[in-house]
Amino acid sequence: MADRVGIVGVYQTKYEPRKIFDSYPELVFEVSSKILEETGLSIADMDQMITNSQDSWDGRTISNRTVSEACGSVLRSEAKVAMDGSYAVFYAALRILSGCFDSCLLVSHCKMSEGVPSLIHNTVFDPLFQRLLGFDELSACALQAKRYLYKYGITEEQCAQVAVKNLKNGQRNPYAHRAMDVTVSQVMSSRMLANPIKELDAYPITDGACAMILAAEDKAKKWTPNPVWITGMASRMDSFYLGDRDLAEVASLTLAVQKAYSMAGITNPRKEIDLVELSDYYSYQELLWLEGMGFCQRGEGGKMIDQGITAMGGELPVNPSGGILSGNPITVAGAVRVAEAALQLMGKAKERQVEGAKRALAQGHSGPCGQGQCVVILERGA
Amino acid sequence: MARKAKRNVAIVATGQTDHRSKRPDVNIVEMINEAVRRCMDDANMTLEEIDGIVIGNMEHFEGVFSPEMWTVDGAGSILKHGMKITTGGTSGTTLALAGYYHVASGLFDTVMTIGWEKQSEGETTAGLIFQADPLWERATMSGAIGSFAASATAYMHKYGINEEQAAKVAVKNRKNAFNNPHAHLKMELTVEQVLNSKMLAYPIKMLDMCPTSDGACAMIFASEEKAKKNYQNPAWVIAGVTRHDQPFGSDLEMLVNLRTLRSATEEAYKIAGIKDPLKDLDVAELYEPCTFAELSWYEAAGFCGPGEGGKLIDSGATYMDGELPVNPSGGVLSTNCIGATAMIRVAEAAIQVMGKGGKRQVPKVNRAMATGFGGSWWSDVLILSKTP
Repeated sequence: MADRVGIVGVYQTKYEPRKIFDSYPELVFEVSSKILEETGLSIADMDQMITNSQDSWDGRTISNRTVSEACGSVLRSEAKVAMDGSYAVFYAALRILSGCFDSCLLVSHCKMSEGVPSLIHNTVFDPLFQRLLGFDELSACALQAKRYLYKYGITEEQCAQVAVKNLKNGQRNPYAHRAMDVTVSQVMSSRMLANPIKELDAYPITDGACAMILAAEDKAKKWTPNPVWITGMASRMDSFYLGDRDLAEVASLTLAVQKAYSMAGITNPRKEIDLVELSDYYSYQELLWLEGMGFCQRGEGGKMIDQGITAMGGELPVNPSGGILSGNPITVAGAVRVAEAALQLMGKAKERQVEGAKRALAQGHSGPCGQGQCVVILERGA
Repeated sequence: MARKAKRNVAIVATGQTDHRSKRPDVNIVEMINEAVRRCMDDANMTLEEIDGIVIGNMEHFEGVFSPEMWTVDGAGSILKHGMKITTGGTSGTTLALAGYYHVASGLFDTVMTIGWEKQSEGETTAGLIFQADPLWERATMSGAIGSFAASATAYMHKYGINEEQAAKVAVKNRKNAFNNPHAHLKMELTVEQVLNSKMLAYPIKMLDMCPTSDGACAMIFASEEKAKKNYQNPAWVIAGVTRHDQPFGSDLEMLVNLRTLRSATEEAYKIAGIKDPLKDLDVAELYEPCTFAELSWYEAAGFCGPGEGGKLIDSGATYMDGELPVNPSGGVLSTNCIGATAMIRVAEAAIQVMGKGGKRQVPKVNRAMATGFGGSWWSDVLILSKTP
């Protein structure tokens, strides 16, 4: 990338299953005011706001209308990215690269506790052919998991190990709410949701918000001694109908990382990337996405977890934050991946810090079975 | 707060469906594809040449969550960069601005933007009511008509604007629509007919209000290199500005003073070097959801002083043969497929700059302005020019 966009600061609420005392605007106000306080900046320093929420989850048409006062976008420029939060980071950085703006306050929010996930996700499916089958995200992803396990010989135990690792990592993350010590057999014997996905293989219902300040190179350098640079970013969309794709394959993710790696000058991701924050809504996804991102050969995702490569202290720690399995709301989840990767590169990840991390990859996805994939490469400031 | 982009960006093509109240002959994906194919034909381009697609609508109007996923087959975004950005009524201009930022960033050479709505498959007013706060505003929210009625009354009271002046806007725009093959409502009306049409909520009568339409609009934004190489007469984006406002309507002056449009146009004029918009602009496509709004927007956009919107239409300045024709396309009063409505303003402004307006072409257009309106009385402004 010719120009660099820097991440100056990040702020997250604690994620909780049910934040009954906070409305959406209150969550957004909390992260907006705290991030300005932490970075020592004022709302006048922000040229624009990017908000990130979805009407169907908020139960509000024009869901960004609710949060304009809370994020300070009154009489300013704002736009809402109605997809996973990784896309919101992509769009915020892109607007800065355009030269029209120098800075951006990004806010992402969702209160899953106020919606009914299966009903909302059922309406992703087209009203003519698939919706009446009763599909939701869980049942569609169960099909994907089945296909992936069958085609590449991945076992349910290997998926369970991912849950064990991430829920353990979550114990070091003060924002996570489902941090726990579990064994593979506990995951295996947890309640079956949709074969082969069991309760501890799946993300929990979570409420929360995340904010980020991004800036053009000059401003970022002025505002913080340790900015994190976005050196590559790309997204790709796959086919919609599940039958139009081999669900064990991840064409959109592979194309997106190829583009992002080439922007960042990465030729060997396994060696050149120090940690990964990826979107593990379900445990199988961590293995599938690692393959899609070229960290191992196809079908070798299971080995990544068996050999401890992706554990804290391993060669390539994956989801030191505990990931989405430890509790991040849908939509916000992708912004959190970027925020957690940025904290690592700023050296501010405290107990979950990966020592000496210089370069990280954050990944988010939107739509059924990872249809839309977005990746962001981040590097520690020099 | 916003500047001109680092790289020049041009609109090289547009495509629209022929907008109707109901399109039972196509589903949502097919309807989008109709606009996309027309846009590709206009650009003389194949899908391979498009780097990314930005799409939007209001998902509660059709009841499809994340419709950017289902619609990939119609939009052509498979294995490309594809994303959804929405902001209510302003979605179409938000998307057009996104096309501009995408190309200006240097990461994309050619980006297609798509706005769409198929209102016949949903219930728009129910969807609109869901935007209101469930505790404080929803119980009294009556969709679009109620808030326009209340603020139009205040606007008339404060400035002495009268219903006849508002009716002239309906007569002008629906007559202009005869020249636009895509327009939904084409009507030869008199002021009396507008005044005698069914009262919806005083002072808004049936013919003062925009229709509900099914339709889609697509546009292609290209880098300077691509635009200059392949297109003789592209429309260059020379300014783009957004202003949002407070969440509660009762905190705002609404039609009495649309401060978001005032602030956005002031900044856009500064970026584009426009001093007297009435003289310096050659045509404007304003997002007028009702007749009174067009008069109020004249004032906010600086075409005349506060309270002078009625006099401006009386003077004939905004008619097809006036000093600054407003809405040669027929405007929102003639076509309103919500997610596409604001994009149609930009597309129609681009058509005028490119000289492709056919019967609705305004002679000698160098600079055109398009505005978007929506959300909580939000505004977007784009200024297009024959030269970068």
